[in-house]
Amino acid sequence: MQLPDAEQLAGTLAEQIRPLLDDGAALVGIHSGGAWLAQRIRDLCGADVALGMLDISLYRDDFSRIGLHPQIKPSHIPFDVENRHIVLVDDVLYTGRTIRAAMNELYDYGRPARVTLAVLVDRGGRELPIEAQVVGACLPLTPQQNLQLLRDEGGKLSLKLYEGA
Amino acid sequence: MNNPQLTKNGELKHLLSIEGLPRAILNHILDTAESFVGVAEREVKKVPLLRGKTVCNIFFENSTRTRTTFEIAAKRLSADVINLNVNTSSQSKGETILDTVDNLIAMHADMFVVRHSQSGAAHLIARHVAPHIHVINAGDGRHAHPTQGLLDVFTIRRYKPEMHNLRVAIVGDVLHSRVARSEIHALTTLGVPEVRVIGPQTLLPQDVERLGVQVYHDMRAGLKDVDVVMMLRLQNERMNGALLPSAQEYFKCFGLTPEKLALARPDAIVMHPGPMNRGVEIDSAVADGAQSVILPQVTYGIAVRMAVMSILAGNTE
Repeated sequence: MQLPDAEQLAGTLAEQIRPLLDDGAALVGIHSGGAWLAQRIRDLCGADVALGMLDISLYRDDFSRIGLHPQIKPSHIPFDVENRHIVLVDDVLYTGRTIRAAMNELYDYGRPARVTLAVLVDRGGRELPIEAQVVGACLPLTPQQNLQLLRDEGGKLSLKLYEGA
Repeated sequence: MNNPQLTKNGELKHLLSIEGLPRAILNHILDTAESFVGVAEREVKKVPLLRGKTVCNIFFENSTRTRTTFEIAAKRLSADVINLNVNTSSQSKGETILDTVDNLIAMHADMFVVRHSQSGAAHLIARHVAPHIHVINAGDGRHAHPTQGLLDVFTIRRYKPEMHNLRVAIVGDVLHSRVARSEIHALTTLGVPEVRVIGPQTLLPQDVERLGVQVYHDMRAGLKDVDVVMMLRLQNERMNGALLPSAQEYFKCFGLTPEKLALARPDAIVMHPGPMNRGVEIDSAVADGAQSVILPQVTYGIAVRMAVMSILAGNTE
């Protein structure tokens, strides 16, 4: 399957997000792929945009089945969430469970004025009523396929598709 | 060797003692605790990890401070918490430890935090409970106090991240101290190259060198060039026996004063597990001074206990 170029897609996503940032919105990336993307979008949209990162491990809905993730990163929201427009950024939107967890965590920092969801790829397969407002590309995949965003040492982004569960 | 703290896959299911735990598990706990430090600084100081779970603090020996930190840790993980001071209730009616535990299990307790004056009490409970129930040792006799050891190394790591390059001194009544034992195991497991114990002969265990530490009876020599000074609490009940002449005499030899602290490295940090005996093992000028990290220890203690509880709760056979 021909995968879209992640670098190019990140550029398109940034163009779509840029006008949304006029109201003082903050970018919040979801660890790890979404955090890389949010960083990239800020680099493209201007250094004065507030940037945060969420690791949703403490809010996952499958903790009682699989336990705690072996490598949690501290979430880092260095600004006031209260009454602020938050642009939540993730790499791949699938079941919607990660976004549910991220919104729950975000609310523990304060009550945002508005939350917009921006994703690089929407791969379908939703299990919750969650949709992205900004989408880089739609790429329907089967449950056996696993799409991941990678970042090499030079900071270059790429998409990789793993076949088979 | 079969370690009662680990699952078949080598994951931590009970925390009974730091002795015998691999460095990877200690680092996993400390890394996870970093995430919980941030939780306490937020608007809502709670995460939903242990929602619906019941944590029982069973204290067969009084310790308001330790019990409170475990209680706050469990509540910040959204667990329900029950506190039992057993010396004041059913034990005086002749109920055994395991009877007490069985009663709480019948009420669907999921995790036990146990403090007991007898070494091995937490092990006894861990061996007894069903596989989905977790046990944390909150201090047993002279044996171990693993979460205190962990929060101490977490505090050290936050101020002195280069653990493999540190000189650490533990000062005071090592003989009766479960805290000292846990600290020594944590420090050596994490690769701290030089751990010193400083105290009078009567308050150091005879074979303490076997734990990989250097022994000093002269505090001035022992503090020379150390990066970390960990003071121990001198239990009042030890003062009346034959082990020590008097509190004043002890303070003169082993109390940490600004003048003695000056022998350590200028950026050395001072720690104490609390509660402090000011003027016995530590001078107020040091306890409240710029090098003291005694209150950050308390703050980090909550994050470390949250990390331990969430890791245990996720590891069920």
